[in-house]
Amino acid sequence: MNVHNTQFHGRTDDGIKPGEPLLHVDNISLSFGGVKAITDVSFDILKGEVRAIIGPNGAGKTSMLNVINGFYHPQEGTITFRGEKRSKMRPYQAASSGISRTFQNVALFHGMSTLDNIMAGRTLKMHKNFFWQLWRYGPALQEEIEHRKVVEEIIDFLEIEAIRKEPVGTLPYGLQKRVELGRALAAEPDLLLLDEPMAGMNLEEKEDMSRFIIDVNQQYGTTIALIEHDMGVVMDLADRVMVLDYGKKIGDGLPEEVQANQDVIDAYLGVSH
Amino acid sequence: MELLRLIFIEPFQTMYALPDLLLQTLWEGFVSGTLYSLIALGFVLIFKASGVFNFAQGIMVVFAALALVGIHALGVPPFLAVILTLGIMGLLAITVVRIVLKPLVNQPDIILFMSTIGVTFILIAGGQLIFGGEPKAMITEELLLPTGSSDWEVGGGVVIFQHIDIAAAIIAAILIAGLALFFNKTRVGRALRAVADDHQAALSVGISLEQIWVVVWFAAGVVALTAGILWAAKSDVSFALQVIALKALPVLVLGGFTSIPGAIIGGLIIGFGEKLFDLYWGAPILGGGTESWFAFIIALLFLLYRPEGLFGEKLIERI
Amino acid sequence: MFYREAGQFKTTYEADSAKFPIFQDKLFIWIYLAIGFIAIPLLSNEFFLGAIMIPFLVFALASIGLNILTGFTGQISLGTGAFMGVGAYACYKMTTIFPEANIILLIFLSGFFSAGIGVFFGLPSLRIKGFYLVVTTLAAQFFLEWAFIRIPWLYNYNDSGAIEVPQREAFGLVVTGASASAEVRYLICLAIVVIMTWIASNIISGRIGRSWMMIRDMDIAAELMGVRPLYAKLSAFAVSSFYCGVAGAMMVFLWLGAAEVESFDYNHSFEILFMVILGGLGSLLGCFLGAAVIWILPVIIRAVLPPIVDTLTVFTITSAQADLVSDIIIGVMIVMFLILEPHGLARLWAIVKQKLRVWPFPY
Repeated sequence: MNVHNTQFHGRTDDGIKPGEPLLHVDNISLSFGGVKAITDVSFDILKGEVRAIIGPNGAGKTSMLNVINGFYHPQEGTITFRGEKRSKMRPYQAASSGISRTFQNVALFHGMSTLDNIMAGRTLKMHKNFFWQLWRYGPALQEEIEHRKVVEEIIDFLEIEAIRKEPVGTLPYGLQKRVELGRALAAEPDLLLLDEPMAGMNLEEKEDMSRFIIDVNQQYGTTIALIEHDMGVVMDLADRVMVLDYGKKIGDGLPEEVQANQDVIDAYLGVSH
Repeated sequence: MELLRLIFIEPFQTMYALPDLLLQTLWEGFVSGTLYSLIALGFVLIFKASGVFNFAQGIMVVFAALALVGIHALGVPPFLAVILTLGIMGLLAITVVRIVLKPLVNQPDIILFMSTIGVTFILIAGGQLIFGGEPKAMITEELLLPTGSSDWEVGGGVVIFQHIDIAAAIIAAILIAGLALFFNKTRVGRALRAVADDHQAALSVGISLEQIWVVVWFAAGVVALTAGILWAAKSDVSFALQVIALKALPVLVLGGFTSIPGAIIGGLIIGFGEKLFDLYWGAPILGGGTESWFAFIIALLFLLYRPEGLFGEKLIERI
Repeated sequence: MFYREAGQFKTTYEADSAKFPIFQDKLFIWIYLAIGFIAIPLLSNEFFLGAIMIPFLVFALASIGLNILTGFTGQISLGTGAFMGVGAYACYKMTTIFPEANIILLIFLSGFFSAGIGVFFGLPSLRIKGFYLVVTTLAAQFFLEWAFIRIPWLYNYNDSGAIEVPQREAFGLVVTGASASAEVRYLICLAIVVIMTWIASNIISGRIGRSWMMIRDMDIAAELMGVRPLYAKLSAFAVSSFYCGVAGAMMVFLWLGAAEVESFDYNHSFEILFMVILGGLGSLLGCFLGAAVIWILPVIIRAVLPPIVDTLTVFTITSAQADLVSDIIIGVMIVMFLILEPHGLARLWAIVKQKLRVWPFPY
């Protein structure tokens, strides 16, 4: 499946070469009341790679993504994205710097159709101001059509043409997750955060989703951070893996290394530690 | 300059110069605060047990009072009339729970809230149709509630205590204590607390949600009737009372939607606050009449700084 | 068979995103407009125009305003009555200060005052969500009601506290005041409502409307996608209040001819909320359907019920009681719709159209 449009390349003008860190977080600690969700975690994500974040349930993986996104603010530590260091992100900053994500529990806009949901991902790219919006016909409509073209490329890429006008609430779970991926892609992100994109899918759906993720990474050069429980998927897709357990980092490196790491094995087997 | 003086100096001077007025105002504030708390209590009961914000609580107060007066007017002796009115409130509870709440159990909160607005509308129109729209006198004496007043001379002036107000405060306190006992010591009370905590878990141990909700709505009806009697004893039963009941909303904002002590303290704060503000700041500076909105503005300011209220639970959102 | 899209293909994105992509829909809109602008004025009497159609249009516009805020952006509001009042008083003051100005223009401009007040009272929505917003909008409602009485300048120091609409002309016709004809007032109302509905529909189908719906459906995800809650919510309050303000000015100047504070009390806020719920949250068509039902139903019942009760039973009921009966029916309808079809009459209509599409097949 070939997609000719190369519009989705992440920015190439930010001075970061493929292989250099696009994002690194240093000494992040996050707690809610008395509960420590993340304790002193540091890791990096290199430009152009697929980085997997794994760990048992409750390890703090989603919280880590939420910190990167700016939804949670860490009590300690810094986040450096594309060279800019911050003690916390704000959601708008994250979105406008080129971070996009999908959610563990599908967070689609249930009142809207597939097409509208993916168009929602183009929010930051639309600029025609209020005055033109009042009249629609003219510049505002032109802009809508332009973005519609991009969205249709994504719909084509994800093979969801048939459901474009369906309200997303009526779609089966697997398709909803695909629409959510489309929405995240629509923002043309530099860094795509995927929170358990294969959760609840059968084998066929997983293979489809894996294919899409690989294509996004290889054809568009998008850097991807991926939370995933299916070890097979992680081994196949990921370039490097980071392992969290009880909010602490217990492993970081190539998939084979992590797979052989005794601490990681213990964590998953539930050996008390 | 003059404005600053009016805001920061004059009120306190007046308070000091006329202590009897201050005490009178504080007492009035206490009384209305107690009644606000009572109405807010009804909201809290239902919200705690079913997560439904019962907008109809206010009209339930009016409806209960109207029913009581109406039944008595048919010649029924007063205390029997009270029992019959309670019966009516029980019927109302069953009807609302069966017909409105049960079908809507899994809908978003906003839909449930709007359904109670619909119920409010039905009760307002229904109440007027059945009982007539003119204000009526509450059967205070027949219920053996005291009338008349006592004077207390203090600070060169006189503070007047209406006996009915004293009775109201005592009755409200007894009712609250009774409810607290009910919730903590009886089996049904325990079931209620279970439901308030977690519907699913309660269901899984065999508690019938429907029954609990009927109990809770009935309890709210009892509270409504008490509030209706006490309030109308001071100033007649009329549909204007329903607007006053809307004031329970700011009380809930201050006290938190799920806290009984919060409803009490919130009610007292609003009660004191309104009266003091209007007398010392509202009337001289703004021309008076500020009681209609003071509570709401306070609630608004509160929400900006502490959205969950004094005693409410902080919401942590997860995605 | 009546309503098929078969054979209607779209070859451009522009055509596909048209508001009425199905030919039959486009046709019907023109038919409705023709009925509205031509048939109704020609065929109806003063009463029908002045007591039924004009109020219907006023409430439909106010419903659009509230629907934008509650149905499209998910910010529940009980301050609609007061926002309408701001528009009405603003218009009154402007026409007092500029008696020569075109009154229709002033009616439009009064929306801006409402919009400003709306944005001010909408600021809390940035921190406060859900039910709590009921409290803040009630704060607006009660505070503004108080202000309408306590600021005598608003009603020109008139003893009664009420405002009476002076005679004004526009384009050579008498438009407001006692001698303005119902036809003229009706056509102006219709024109205003048609234009503003078109504009509302433009905003909703574009970027801003989409951001409103994103906030409504999942505000956290919306924020993480770059929607700024500040702009989205405040723009919703602004536009919504603008519409309510214009509706308020229309109500006083083109319908009632006079007003007092009670015309804008919180009962009206509820009435319009009911129109929006019944018609369908998030649907422009629903605004018209809801306004029609809630406005016209009492008129019908008032006319029809007393004779029926008279002939069938020994009781008589007054028209006031008939009004109460229609209130009860409306309350029951609200509850029923919330249970059976929370998306209101608009969804019912969409289902009917869907059935028409496949008729005579069942699905």
